[in-house]
Amino acid sequence: MMTMHSPVLAALIVLSGCVAQPAELPPANAGELDQRAEIVFNEAFAKGRPELRARIVQDDVQQICTHYRNAPPANVRQQIETSQLATVRYPSSGKLIGDWRKGEKLAQDGYGLRFTDSTKNRPNGGNCYACHQLAPAELSYGTLGPSLYHYGKLRGASEEIVTYTYNKIYNPQALSACSNMPRFGHHRVLTPEQIADAVALLLDPESPVNKN
Amino acid sequence: MSICVRNRRMVDPMHSRVELFAVIAFALAAGHAVAQANTEEGIAQYRQMLQEGNPAELWEARGEALFQQKRGPKQASLEQCDLGLGPGVVKGVYAQLPRYFKDVNQVQDVEARLVTCMVKLQGFSLDQATANHFSKPDQPSDMEALVTYIAAQSKGMKINVPLSNAREKEAYGIGERLFYRRAGPHDFSCATCHSESGKRIRLQELPNLTLTQEAQNIYGSWPAYRVSQGTVRTMQHRMYDCYWQMRHPQVDYPAEAVTALEVFMGRSANGGEVTAPTLKR
Repeated sequence: MMTMHSPVLAALIVLSGCVAQPAELPPANAGELDQRAEIVFNEAFAKGRPELRARIVQDDVQQICTHYRNAPPANVRQQIETSQLATVRYPSSGKLIGDWRKGEKLAQDGYGLRFTDSTKNRPNGGNCYACHQLAPAELSYGTLGPSLYHYGKLRGASEEIVTYTYNKIYNPQALSACSNMPRFGHHRVLTPEQIADAVALLLDPESPVNKN
Repeated sequence: MSICVRNRRMVDPMHSRVELFAVIAFALAAGHAVAQANTEEGIAQYRQMLQEGNPAELWEARGEALFQQKRGPKQASLEQCDLGLGPGVVKGVYAQLPRYFKDVNQVQDVEARLVTCMVKLQGFSLDQATANHFSKPDQPSDMEALVTYIAAQSKGMKINVPLSNAREKEAYGIGERLFYRRAGPHDFSCATCHSESGKRIRLQELPNLTLTQEAQNIYGSWPAYRVSQGTVRTMQHRMYDCYWQMRHPQVDYPAEAVTALEVFMGRSANGGEVTAPTLKR
């Protein structure tokens, strides 16, 4: 699920060999150090659960964003956004706005995919409050992402806004290459239905996000 | 404060604990009232109050005893362990770690170095030396105690992580690369949370480790007694916990990758002060 084949993006990495080098090292060592870093990193996870090891292998997008430290040139940016938009899948019902109550619940919930998380049949959370302000009643919110308070009240819920919001959660890099936000749908952290619930939390006029 | 450990009420740790719980209860109550106006200010105040009686002192005292005790198949103490400034020198070593050690041809942090000494001097197997490296509620960790003791002997000193030989420079370069390396189902790297100032996860403030001053404040503050976990946690544990949150697999102990990250961070922190052992959430 981690691998996203894109020969074009892979080729871009190979072609653009010259990024900023760390100040304290002579440039001649940089390529060797890249390789050493990968070896050392791979060795660091030798004893953990083997089925999780695939996670440390970077997909094309992770590799490119690492390479450019999240600031790729315009042409690469465009390539990423195009390829990532093509990954978006929608709920089979076609409904992009689900239940804001379920959305609030998953926004609070950080469960899922940590190596200690092994409760059977417990869905993953989205942990939105870790990084975003949402409903005003929740004061314990993070600030790594922008405030989403009054998200729907400010934007309305036109078809364009609904699709944009869904896509943004499913795969933020479809709209902003190398965004810090996890690609919740693409990596199957959340299901399309859960993402629709998160969309409802943001856009439903009855959602606490859009109340005072 | 660290020097007076044995002169204080340490003869009776339980007595000390009871007092501590009273302080915590009071601080929590006081903290709560303030929190409504300003949560972070409340937490800072509560931390300050607790700093007067940091439970890490108990770990420090136990660490000192463990360090001096003859243990392992070879019935040797750790007093001949070379932590970077020569066998037997403990004072000031923590401020200059990680560093290169010729005998193992590796850059090691305090934890990796202690493991080496436990194997070489005391005759423990690698598994024995790394057992219980992070404590659980019913399973105290000798490593946490030893690290607390060693770090406390650098309290107030200037951080001075060396970058003088090729392996140290290599570790720095590896650490820098790993800091920015994105992976896993959340696409996170260390930089995702630690390359901008003034950001938080929930209410937890995040240091910007690309800035000297913020790196200085944080690097010298580990190991720390963590109130939420009821134990002292080390820098290897801090990184292990970050990778857990990043949805990476469990990182090994002690890992060269983690040491490399410490070199990268520690080098940025040079000139800062060792304040460990501190008290954290």
